[in-house]
Amino acid sequence: MNAFDLTKTPLREANAKLQSLPADTNEKVWHLNNLHGEHACAVGLTQPIEVHVNGHIGYYCAGMNQNATVIIHGQCGVGVAENMMSGEVRVKGTASSAAGATGQGGLLVIEGDAGTRCGISMKGIDIVVKGSVGAMSAFMAQSGSLVVCGDAGASLGDSIYEARLYVQGKVESLGSDCVEKKMTPHHLAKLERLLKKAGIEADPKKFRRFGSKRNLYNFHVDNVDAY
Amino acid sequence: MSDHSPFHTPPRFSATFDEHSIAQIQRAAATGIYDIRGGGAKRRMPHFDDLLFLGASISRYPLEGYREKCGTDVVLGTRFAKKPIELKIPVTIAGMSFGALSGQAKEALGRGATAMGTSTTTGDGGMTPEERGHSTKLVYQLLPSRYGMNPDDLRKADAIEVVVGQGAKPGGGGMLLGQKITERVAKMRNLPVGIDQRSACRHPDWTGPDDLAIKITELREITNWEKPIYVKVGATRPYYDTALAVKSGADVVVLDGMQGGTAATQEVFIEHVGIPILAALRPAVQALQDLDMHRKVQLVVSGGIRNGADVAKCLALGADAVAIGTAALIALGDNAPALEEEYRKIGSTAGAYDDWHEGRDPAGITTQDPALAARLDPVKAGKRLANYLAVLTMETQIIARACGKSHVHNLEPDDLVALTVEAAAMARVPLAGTSWIPGQGGY
Repeated sequence: MNAFDLTKTPLREANAKLQSLPADTNEKVWHLNNLHGEHACAVGLTQPIEVHVNGHIGYYCAGMNQNATVIIHGQCGVGVAENMMSGEVRVKGTASSAAGATGQGGLLVIEGDAGTRCGISMKGIDIVVKGSVGAMSAFMAQSGSLVVCGDAGASLGDSIYEARLYVQGKVESLGSDCVEKKMTPHHLAKLERLLKKAGIEADPKKFRRFGSKRNLYNFHVDNVDAY
Repeated sequence: MSDHSPFHTPPRFSATFDEHSIAQIQRAAATGIYDIRGGGAKRRMPHFDDLLFLGASISRYPLEGYREKCGTDVVLGTRFAKKPIELKIPVTIAGMSFGALSGQAKEALGRGATAMGTSTTTGDGGMTPEERGHSTKLVYQLLPSRYGMNPDDLRKADAIEVVVGQGAKPGGGGMLLGQKITERVAKMRNLPVGIDQRSACRHPDWTGPDDLAIKITELREITNWEKPIYVKVGATRPYYDTALAVKSGADVVVLDGMQGGTAATQEVFIEHVGIPILAALRPAVQALQDLDMHRKVQLVVSGGIRNGADVAKCLALGADAVAIGTAALIALGDNAPALEEEYRKIGSTAGAYDDWHEGRDPAGITTQDPALAARLDPVKAGKRLANYLAVLTMETQIIARACGKSHVHNLEPDDLVALTVEAAAMARVPLAGTSWIPGQGGY
């Protein structure tokens, strides 16, 4: 088994090894063990490998991920999978603030809850949260989908652009320019695919869809109260 | 007094309600919206013109202008980066985005900087292949919006600049109005064509210096600790911002005064938030000195640099290099008198054109209109920029040699005096002809 004991191997060395694996590597599965909340763990990966982060982890775990699958068997700090480009990141526990921030692609699955600003400024990533998300989630979300099986905190989707939001539970409040939209068969099918891909059992029909009213797309003084 | 009075006085204009103020009130009343423009602060303020070099005299001797060497090289990022940036001149090109500028303008900046052995910087919206291709040294900005942020580009960069703020609008986000959002710009930013693009004023995944330290660590981990990491701040509280940037692990601090330009910001923001670079420079240097980090963490300053005297004054006050933005655009061809007729057609005049956000730039620089952009020849414009950078460098050397310095970094505050009490207090050099530095020695 390919594994690093982070009490013995510096994180820099572990990251460097994972980052430098060739595209055709046979060493497809890796384990990071004996973690102590390290920051910037398994960041900048580029190859289709599977990395198991076996413990609780700090900020920016799996940041800017490309192609790799990173599974966090614990809780994670701020900005998990920030600016992810592709691949999959799965958090078995809960995630702190700014999960999937500015992500441009790939799939982020959080099996617990996510903190505030989940999916902030997301740019194409798909995020599926089995639990609930905190306030200001999907703030300035540009594209991609945020699926919340639990509840959403205050000001969901504030100043949202073209991202699609699906919430099964309660929404405390919607942010500026974010409105509830009709759930069409197209969106139901999309949601069903996302849930299936995330491996989370839920009935798509129980979700509501939210998106941009597009009133704030071009500044107009009549909308000044919205800012 | 009536017209028929023998004591008629000519109409008197108010110093308080001057022509500009009256026009702003009239425009606000007519439109209900604030004024937006490009560029930096235009008001008169204490600046480098208020400082003078003393030159050599009996107590110190000068270097011969055409024979004795005066070095201009500068290395940025020596603190932690495995591959610091080595520049031949102490003048760099500040961050300006593709989107705010045309592709041709970005290419010209790369060509000019490369010809002189210095760096250019990306902006909001990411890195274009043309820009990377024409810049041998390219600094990649990490901005709050993260438009176009891409780990592949991060690895292609020669340095990374974490942008906290800029001098024209410290505390403000960016704005690229819909008329400049073409298909290519929109695609790079992952947004629909034609809509206003608001860039956030805060980073999405960190707040405060402790988080910033972790963010910088992440960037280093992703790039194998090779790239110098700059932290750019708008000049507001330069002592604390510099100290916190150092604490957060920056290799280089970039400090931008309120004269530094923006692509589009509210006039009230540009003119009333932030402080001039002259006022910001010494507190930043003081912070580095107090931390024993002066010359170990490099300081790049910007905002209103126009000539070699300005460069020399920045270096004498403790900066390691300067960055130019507005001056670089002027060198490319912005505000050229030859375009006067066209500036008039869009309600401006050569020398004052600042409606960069509208995308109608007759010089083809601050536009995404293909026909206008095609007017700028990147090769010729790049040559003009290279010429200008060469002159800036030679002028800096002229002053350094006159002060007896064999390297421009040997210039020091002792070489300077101030013409005004304000400049003396800000630059912490004596008022000319006196030994008085306001604020020091108890008075």
